[in-house]
Amino acid sequence: MLNIKNLKASLEDEDKQILKGIDLDIGPGEVHAIMGPNGSGKSTLSYVLSGKGGYVVDGGTATLDGTDLLDMEPEERAAAGLFLAFQYPVEIPGVGNMTFLRTAVNSQRKMRGEEELNAAEFLKLVRAKAIDLKIDAEMLKRPVNVGFSGGEKKRNEILQMAMLEPKMCILDETDSGLDVDAMKLVAEGVNAMRDGKRSFLVITHYQRLLDHIKPDVVHIMAAGKIIKSGGPELALEVENNGYADLLNEVA
Amino acid sequence: MALAANKVDATEALIAAYPAPSGEGKWASDARARALETLRQTGAPVRRDEYWKFTNPARLLEPAKAATILATDETPMFDGVDKLLVVFVDGVLRADLSDDLTMDGLEIETLASAMSKDIHWANDIYGVLEANGQNPVSRPMAALNTAMATEGLVIRVTGKAAKPIALRYLRSGADADVMVHNVIKLEQGADLTLLENGPAAARFNSSLEVDIADNAALHHVRAQGRDHERLAATHMFARLGTESRFKSFTLTVNGALTRNEAVLEFTGDDAFATVSGASAGDRAYHHDDTVFITHDALNCESRQVFKKVLRNGATGVFQGKILVPSHAQKTDGYQIAQGLLLDDDCTFLAKPELEIYADDVICSHGSTCGGVDETALFYLTSRGVPKSQAQDMLVLAFMDESIQEIEDDVLADEIRERLGAWMERHRD
Repeated sequence: MLNIKNLKASLEDEDKQILKGIDLDIGPGEVHAIMGPNGSGKSTLSYVLSGKGGYVVDGGTATLDGTDLLDMEPEERAAAGLFLAFQYPVEIPGVGNMTFLRTAVNSQRKMRGEEELNAAEFLKLVRAKAIDLKIDAEMLKRPVNVGFSGGEKKRNEILQMAMLEPKMCILDETDSGLDVDAMKLVAEGVNAMRDGKRSFLVITHYQRLLDHIKPDVVHIMAAGKIIKSGGPELALEVENNGYADLLNEVA
Repeated sequence: MALAANKVDATEALIAAYPAPSGEGKWASDARARALETLRQTGAPVRRDEYWKFTNPARLLEPAKAATILATDETPMFDGVDKLLVVFVDGVLRADLSDDLTMDGLEIETLASAMSKDIHWANDIYGVLEANGQNPVSRPMAALNTAMATEGLVIRVTGKAAKPIALRYLRSGADADVMVHNVIKLEQGADLTLLENGPAAARFNSSLEVDIADNAALHHVRAQGRDHERLAATHMFARLGTESRFKSFTLTVNGALTRNEAVLEFTGDDAFATVSGASAGDRAYHHDDTVFITHDALNCESRQVFKKVLRNGATGVFQGKILVPSHAQKTDGYQIAQGLLLDDDCTFLAKPELEIYADDVICSHGSTCGGVDETALFYLTSRGVPKSQAQDMLVLAFMDESIQEIEDDVLADEIRERLGAWMERHRD
């Protein structure tokens, strides 16, 4: 599904390399988790994959189902099936949540040569998914993320994911700022989308989220590289011992 | 203070450029004489005048010359609204294209008809509100209009008008140099919606004087035509009585030079006024909103909400003033002017002025200027919205605060549609 080979990337404005050769292969239906200390490049990886400006790819490749991601505009990557749930979902005053979501869904369908959803079809779909995520109708009417609590913002991300039905979902610290109940709700939303084909890359600081979204593989990232990969037990090890042992081990 | 010789010459040339109206009733010729006197005292505007520093008036003054009329596919606005339609072609009222000038709740007359009479109620308004508005800031183009304009409507609203009056300004001549002067008197408790739309002329000088009596309300929505080379100097003078309401919104897309002046005075307590505008320009576009609001009463609220989106070297100007004398306690004045610059070579000039002598008031002002929020743009595109469309969404969201000042949702939505269509036509 997602294949990353020796990916290197720097900040555009500074001569500073953040990703120093990432190798990652996520197969269809797999859930991978990336953990790592602050500043290790986890979020940068998600931004570079989804096409945020301000980064320069210095080398390597990233493909989604064999298609080169790095050559595409963000909207093309989205239409190709990539989705990033933001660590900090952006508030956009004046743009209605529903308008935005419908435009996004239909833009993607158009780019893929599929028929667009009409207003009634869209509304029916979004209402059903919103109920699962305990998102009330009032929230849908408001401007994108404006006045949403931390938990509402994250649930809104999952709602977008559910509506857009991507092949490859990247969740960037989706658990940050969530209380236990909200985290469960978000995890249920994610798990409901696991269908054996859709793949996930879960970036997190805490093992706790991985109790709810069970990963197949856990990677430890440090200083722009993946330094160790393993099973779910690796996350437990980090939880118990911190990163120091792992970092020493590699050094 | 005597005018400089060159200013005297420029002023006399300006006066001589227009045929002096004659054969009118005494009240009318008196009003015109007073306006000419004002114009001779203040002189034609020059760049060095304090309120013309950001906008060069030269093109508003130079001898009219043939302009290229652009083929336009512009469809008139407010077509779906049930209204009394009055059509002006090159500034001349065309009865054959207009509805009958009759409606329940009001009396309408042409300006020419009112001017021909010996006495007329418009005597208390025509040129009077304009003259009040000349101090402390002179408005020579408005004085010129009062002295010369022969086209327009004189409307007296006595109750709730059955439907809006829509003034549609069409243009057929390449070089039409046009003046229109409208007078509206809203009697106590009266209510009217006034719509204005259309390209009007190659050069358009318009003046609107509005007297709003106690408990009366005027809703004004204007969309200036989208012809590119148009020059326009418009003026709006409003006097607001106790508990009256005045809401005025202007959409300006395109036009080479547009100066929209609004001068409001609260004379009765507990009144409300908003003057707002959305303006969008690409390339050779210079748009200027100049507003002066005097709170001469207790507990009145005024709002100024102006948004401009500028591309490819376009220029936007805002000069907004709130004057609160010492007796105007409990005044609430709000003012915001924001420029969204889509290119580095655009200019947004803002001069907010608050002059407050009362001590129990709330007055706030804000002005910002910047580009499209890149983080929001990435968020939208990362969900699959194409960049150009995402940018349009953000621009429209930015502009919407001004459009929300319009009370009627149907009218507001039509403005949104027009602005959206403009954004679509002006993409990278």
